[in-house]
Amino acid sequence: MITAGVDVGSTAAKAVILKEREILGWAIIPTGWSPRDAGKRVLNQALTMANVDVGGVERIIGTGYGRVALDFLDRAVTEITCHARGANYYYPEHGLVIDIGGQDSKIIKVNNQGKVLNFLMNDKCAAGTGRFLQVTINSLGLELDEVDSLPPAEPATINSMCTVFAESEVISMLASGTPKESIVTGLFHSIAKRIATMAGSMELPGNATFTGGVAQSILLRQMLAQELEANLAVPPNPQLMGALGAALIAQD
Amino acid sequence: MSDYRKMWQDLGVNLEKHDEFLAPVPSLYGDLFVSQQNRPEGMKYFDFVMSEVHGLRVKELLDMKDDPSKKVVGAFCVFVPEELVLATGGACIGLCGGAQYSVPIGEKVLPRAMCPLIKSSLGFKVGGVCPYFEVADFVVGETTCDGKKKAYEVLNEYHPTYVMELPQKRDQADKELWLKEVYAFKDKMEAEAGKTITAEKLTAAVKLANDRRRVLQRLYDARKVDPVPISGKDAALITQLAFFDDPARFTEKTTALCAELEQRIEKGEGVFPKGAPRILITGTPMPLPSWKMHNIIESSGGVVVCEESCTGTRYFETLVDETPTTLPEQMEALSQRALNINCACYTPNTGRIDDILRMVKEYNVDGVVYYSLQFCHTYGIEYRAAEKALQQAGVPVIRIETDYSDEDSGQLQTRIQAFLEMLK
Repeated sequence: MITAGVDVGSTAAKAVILKEREILGWAIIPTGWSPRDAGKRVLNQALTMANVDVGGVERIIGTGYGRVALDFLDRAVTEITCHARGANYYYPEHGLVIDIGGQDSKIIKVNNQGKVLNFLMNDKCAAGTGRFLQVTINSLGLELDEVDSLPPAEPATINSMCTVFAESEVISMLASGTPKESIVTGLFHSIAKRIATMAGSMELPGNATFTGGVAQSILLRQMLAQELEANLAVPPNPQLMGALGAALIAQD
Repeated sequence: MSDYRKMWQDLGVNLEKHDEFLAPVPSLYGDLFVSQQNRPEGMKYFDFVMSEVHGLRVKELLDMKDDPSKKVVGAFCVFVPEELVLATGGACIGLCGGAQYSVPIGEKVLPRAMCPLIKSSLGFKVGGVCPYFEVADFVVGETTCDGKKKAYEVLNEYHPTYVMELPQKRDQADKELWLKEVYAFKDKMEAEAGKTITAEKLTAAVKLANDRRRVLQRLYDARKVDPVPISGKDAALITQLAFFDDPARFTEKTTALCAELEQRIEKGEGVFPKGAPRILITGTPMPLPSWKMHNIIESSGGVVVCEESCTGTRYFETLVDETPTTLPEQMEALSQRALNINCACYTPNTGRIDDILRMVKEYNVDGVVYYSLQFCHTYGIEYRAAEKALQQAGVPVIRIETDYSDEDSGQLQTRIQAFLEMLK
């Protein structure tokens, strides 16, 4: 059976085409201003890569904040359930999934079937999320994927977790001569601490899977592993885990 | 609907703000309540009460006050011994306090970092948006939390406010303190009404208030059945309206509704499919018109079957003992009720955790939503104990901290949906 998972997040839209447990195709594109349009386009791109006609897809499950905008779905499932399932595809023995998305971060406890046992999600503001990193790092004239090539540095102390205030804090640090790499390291450090604080009330298993776009950053991975005192594994294409999970759920 | 503008104006309501506040209510109410499938016939009465929420009942209260010995007393808490008001022939009503609309008005006189309930209720008074405030001769506050305790000092600048000191523990000294406070309130009511509260009058008042509690117990019993014969939204609305409506009429109408629900149960008829995830909400009160949590849960496929809160079981589970016949014994019984309610203002308050576990069983609950308003410290802190006990019992629980705004409704929807997916 061929199924598809479409994950329209606040920043990126992702799709995965699955045949049983084999990934036939996938795609990632910016969400842009129309989640509905992005969902259609990303699905088509993934179908092209899979060399599958939309008629050949038995079930499509949507997830992400844009799931409500998609009119071609068989069902919508939340990104929490989907990320848990997607991460389980690669690391079934890991009891924890940490997902840092565009607008929210989640800490999900899972069993070895990828079923959610418990989860935490940040409330209200976007503190400590991908969007927070993007805005603050862009204010340094950098892109997220450039960060890992910066020289190692001591983290500067970032006091604000509110995106808007952190941005102005970063700008004033820059003005007072703090090196960019220190500021960046400081930003990542503050996110890692934020996630660890959020996880504070939860009993953490030793092995965790780290998903979402920012999981690609080696620096963040290291800092998060240190703060959580956990072994963090990052699956290939960590951004795809929601879409993969959706496609896997569609196989059930 | 009759035209109440003159009445509101005479009461001192700010008509412009009041219009603005009420404008979205009919369509909101239609979307949330009237559009529900297979609603019990008996809900028509409550729809009527809602359609007249600032009108007919306020007029009734005004008419009642033609007799100067009959007082309207506003209250915020289930501890206030309303029986003493009823015994003088007066009315005790809940006050508005569950709307985002009045929060910014409240913030003009209160710090931002306070619970939305306090900010909203003071906002209703300061902005002149709630006719119930205006019709109340005075307000009875209570020291259930620091926020309320201090806010009553501010409220007193705008409306006569009488404060009862609630003990924080349940030792002998605390019982004596509260009994004294109940006596002081009796003196206050007698002075206000210019009449004496006799044992006979108090007996009738206790019966009146207990009857209302009993019918709410009957309503909640109906919610224990699967499929559930009434939505959580409707049941919560009924409880909210219990604070405003004439007690005898409310009891009569709710009794009729319960009979209908019991017939449904016999036929196995429900408003949600059998097996829909059953949710218990525990935590801070949800005064009219805070319907946000219920709406998110029930539009995501879950069904709310019980509220362990002051606008839920804490309001009616504890009855006043009706056996005493002498006034001192009655006063003792009256004061005992508050001490038997497991409010988070008490320390320690392990009884509440026992209540939650008991209700999970009684209502056949699949998952618990621990709801606490932002900056509500007592309930916020008690989450830890509740979570631990529920996890030990193998009952999934999610903590939701929120306010009356819609800012976080998308995010809350995702969290609630994920929680319901987890229960499957």
